[in-house]
Amino acid sequence: MKQFLEGSRAVAEAVKLCKPGVISAYPITPQTHIVEDLAQIIADGELKAEFVNVESEHSAASVVLGSAACGVRSFTATSSQGFLLMIEVLFNIAGMRIPLVMTCANRAISAPLSIWNDQQDSMTARDSGWIQLYAENNQEAVDFHIQAYKISENKDVMLPVMVCMDGFILTHGAEVVDMPDAAEVDKFLPPFNLIDKLDINSPKTLGAFADPNYYMEARYAMQAANENALKVIPKVADEFKQIFGRHSGGLVEAYKIDDAEQVIVAMGSIVGTIKETVDELRAQGKRVGVLKIITYRPFPRNEIIRALKDVPEVAVLEKAVSLGNTGPLYSELRADILGKGKCSKISGFIIGLGGRDITKESIKEVFGSLSKEETACKFIGLKEE
Amino acid sequence: MPIGVKTLFSPGHTACAGCGQAIGARLVLDTAGPNTIIANNTGCLEVFSTKFPETAWGVPWIHSLFENAAAVASGIEAALKYLGIKDKINVIAQAGDGGTADIGLQALSGMLERGHDILYVCYDNEAYMNTGIQRSGLTPFESNTTTSPPGKESLGNPRPKKPMPEIAAAHGIPYVATASVGYPQDLQKKVKKALSIKGPKYLQVHVPCPLGWRHLSNLTFDIAKLAVECGLYPLVEIENGKLSQVRKLVKIKPVEEYLKPQGRFKHIMSLPEQIKAVQQIADNNIEHYGLKS
Ligand SMILES: Cc1ncc(C[n+]2csc(CCOP(=O)(O)OP(=O)(O)O)c2C)c(N)n1
Ligand SMILES: [Mg+2]
Repeated sequence: MKQFLEGSRAVAEAVKLCKPGVISAYPITPQTHIVEDLAQIIADGELKAEFVNVESEHSAASVVLGSAACGVRSFTATSSQGFLLMIEVLFNIAGMRIPLVMTCANRAISAPLSIWNDQQDSMTARDSGWIQLYAENNQEAVDFHIQAYKISENKDVMLPVMVCMDGFILTHGAEVVDMPDAAEVDKFLPPFNLIDKLDINSPKTLGAFADPNYYMEARYAMQAANENALKVIPKVADEFKQIFGRHSGGLVEAYKIDDAEQVIVAMGSIVGTIKETVDELRAQGKRVGVLKIITYRPFPRNEIIRALKDVPEVAVLEKAVSLGNTGPLYSELRADILGKGKCSKISGFIIGLGGRDITKESIKEVFGSLSKEETACKFIGLKEE
Repeated sequence: MPIGVKTLFSPGHTACAGCGQAIGARLVLDTAGPNTIIANNTGCLEVFSTKFPETAWGVPWIHSLFENAAAVASGIEAALKYLGIKDKINVIAQAGDGGTADIGLQALSGMLERGHDILYVCYDNEAYMNTGIQRSGLTPFESNTTTSPPGKESLGNPRPKKPMPEIAAAHGIPYVATASVGYPQDLQKKVKKALSIKGPKYLQVHVPCPLGWRHLSNLTFDIAKLAVECGLYPLVEIENGKLSQVRKLVKIKPVEEYLKPQGRFKHIMSLPEQIKAVQQIADNNIEHYGLKS
């Protein structure tokens, strides 16, 4: 049913449809509305779940680790500093192969303190083993949460999934979303059935320590599960389409790149702005396009190569930077693309840090600069001195 | 452990000879019984009992990190409540003194404040033993650890133990107790009592560590007993914030008897003033808790 909802509300409703039994919550802007809405949903009896108001994000993640280890579907959400405080637990959850879904409402990292959007927070967990999906709009945010549980709980995956959505831009932006029907979600998402769980009828030891004889195999298994996820994610998107009638999710989305001479690669809500810019430039006869990375982890290398190998000039636009190097997506993508097919130039740009406005003009500036010298890490939209 | 005795904490683990914590953990679990789920912090107990692919635990057991057992247990308890089976199952969170009084204190406080139906057990061996005997907030006054060494400018650990039982009790929880592996029946009685009460419970068990305290491994029980008998480790129960029971001492021993067999106090044994300072702590306990019978 089409509804006009704030992004956070839409996500809370989507989470409700997935019927988690335990939700842990700790306030941090711009994630807070999601858990506030879920608290109300539970208070109103619309969802039967234990809502645990924890004393920190470290415990928020630990609580859902514990509850999911009992085989109960669980949920939490965070942003920024809270995300960083969680990160020890996030690595642990992935290593313990506990299926979970969380929302990261993307926000900048202190210092300086900023409550505004960029993607530096979730980027710091790119080596954690979590699957990362980046939503372009609130419809995707809704759809991805529902798909995320199915991906995470797939027995060939068994990895936690974070749905990343740009703070404020999506979390606080109201849009029309097509809310999935509860019965259809039930059809799409079977109940969570965890085999290795905490159960007094079948006592198991979870989280044993591994000496050098075993550690590497456990980590290799995580890498293999990530490889499996590259197959599972598109399959889940297909199943989603069969039931809900719309395509949503998958690994990447190509927009007008078939004959493109210049393509921008980006993740999250910025892609919407780039698409509009592409339309305008196309109207002027420019052959431009955009490649949206939906799944950043596992990294869809082959899909990216397939999409970009014949594009002469590629730009990577990111809301995060690996300080002292370049944007993380840029360095990964460049290594994969350069020298393949006709792609001869790939430039990296940092944009929109800490909520700096991203305009169509700045996107045009990026397209315009691509024919000039390659840049590895150019900051766009800096104030003139 | 005598052969043929059934236990949920199997022998064959890699604890040191005379490890007080191994004894304590077995007593706690065998009292709690098979309908128990345990969340364990990182530390000696976790390491010596779960070297993959082996495990000593005969009940569902989970280890996540060093400081989060209280939070993991909170999640387990919430899940069991959601499933409607909490009343049938004991949830125990357990950790060492460092994992409890220092790095895990926040998660523990949250667990206590939220009112989860969980028994939290702190195995107090009075230092970070798993990493090689470093000082924690529960290391006693003047104890020699690798990070509180005596020297020309130092007499060892400069601070007394953090009053963890009082801190736990200040949360207004229904049950707080201290126990000792030197008094196994008392320990078991307290575990039983704790598990009969709904809500958050805190139990702190004194567990000698022959390696860290530098005493002979056959003295674990004697040392544990002496700590109680001299007043340095009072055995108390605090219910709903009020001191309800103490183990009275018939014959109070001088602290020297407790300190002497332990290498961690060797540097003060020739310093009567320092022994007096430790005696003062014991005397204060005796007074404060009314330990004299
Ligand atoms: C965040 C974090 N910091 C430090 C450590 C290292 N560490 C592991 S066990 C341990 C000591 C545990 O001491 P305690 O809680 O007293 O338990 P014990 O080993 O003495 O039984 C330390 C410091 C860790 N694993 N995680
Ligand atoms: Mg210790």
